[in-house]
Amino acid sequence: MSSIIQKIESEQLKENVTDFNVGDTVKVHTRVVEGGKERIQIFAGIVIGKKGQGLNESFTVRKISYGEGVERVFPVHTPRIAKIDVTNRGKVRRARLNYLRGRVGKQAMSVKAADRV
Amino acid sequence: MSLGLLGKKLGMTRVYNEDGEAIPCTVVDVSGNQILQRKTADKNGYSAVQVGYDDQKEARLTKPEKGHVAAHSGSPKKHVEEFRFENDESLPAEDVKDLGPALFQAGQWVDVIGTTKGKGFQGVVKRYGFGGLPQTHGSMMHRRPGAVGCGTWPGRIWKGRKMPGRHGNYRRTVQNLKVVQVREDDGVILISGALPGSKGSYVTVRPSKKKPLPENAS
Repeated sequence: MSSIIQKIESEQLKENVTDFNVGDTVKVHTRVVEGGKERIQIFAGIVIGKKGQGLNESFTVRKISYGEGVERVFPVHTPRIAKIDVTNRGKVRRARLNYLRGRVGKQAMSVKAADRV
Repeated sequence: MSLGLLGKKLGMTRVYNEDGEAIPCTVVDVSGNQILQRKTADKNGYSAVQVGYDDQKEARLTKPEKGHVAAHSGSPKKHVEEFRFENDESLPAEDVKDLGPALFQAGQWVDVIGTTKGKGFQGVVKRYGFGGLPQTHGSMMHRRPGAVGCGTWPGRIWKGRKMPGRHGNYRRTVQNLKVVQVREDDGVILISGALPGSKGSYVTVRPSKKKPLPENAS
């Protein structure tokens, strides 16, 4: 990659991104603009995958909303994310938790708790 | 017409705007553009400026090229093109010699001319977008052109029939692209969207023909 492109991208990287991993339960605070006003909306769920590197890094959060599975993909460095809170650390054995998609009921949101903090 | 710049594609990236939207853009290096010659109606029969881009070793020039560069006190360039003007009055001022990203400003509309990537010898499906023929039901012709003409009369295939052949490597103009950023320190401009050609290929950037110039443009 050209060094100028690297420079352009590094300027846009967020300085302190919360450290989180696949399997963690997170609250993503997103900035929503409605009628010219900005407010914070929270999308809470399990991180089921991470993708990309640098400025192009993104992650997928899955939650069950009124019995319906909802997934949302966020770029890590987008200014539309105000902050990311980690509520639970999970212990998982794979990089993508696509097996959660096939689950229903209580199991759908259960990931083994991690021993790390 | 008006003055544009020559440049080189460096690659693509994304830029977040103030609304938080990610804009895909192409980074174009336009540093070191230089006006090599001013052509006037009196002398040359038309009005234009000749612009050079990308420094070249002096030893790589032919004698006539060396003479041309010396006559206009320029520096050797790899890529040289002309920008036509309607009349001599609209030519840029004599003392303007070196051009750079500052010729454009963020938010301005531009057209970009370049040479598309070569695709080699391709069939009609890729080359002309033919639909192809059935894949199943006993069909043994899949991506072939099908019938190409009539019978005894005219006894030949009409000229211009779309057939397989070399594809790509065409000169193409992409109109109405927006300049996202002008970075004078880096000598690059960021243009929204994709441009013809591969990384490292030359492109010509000019103010858009179909969209108006920004009000405070020079």
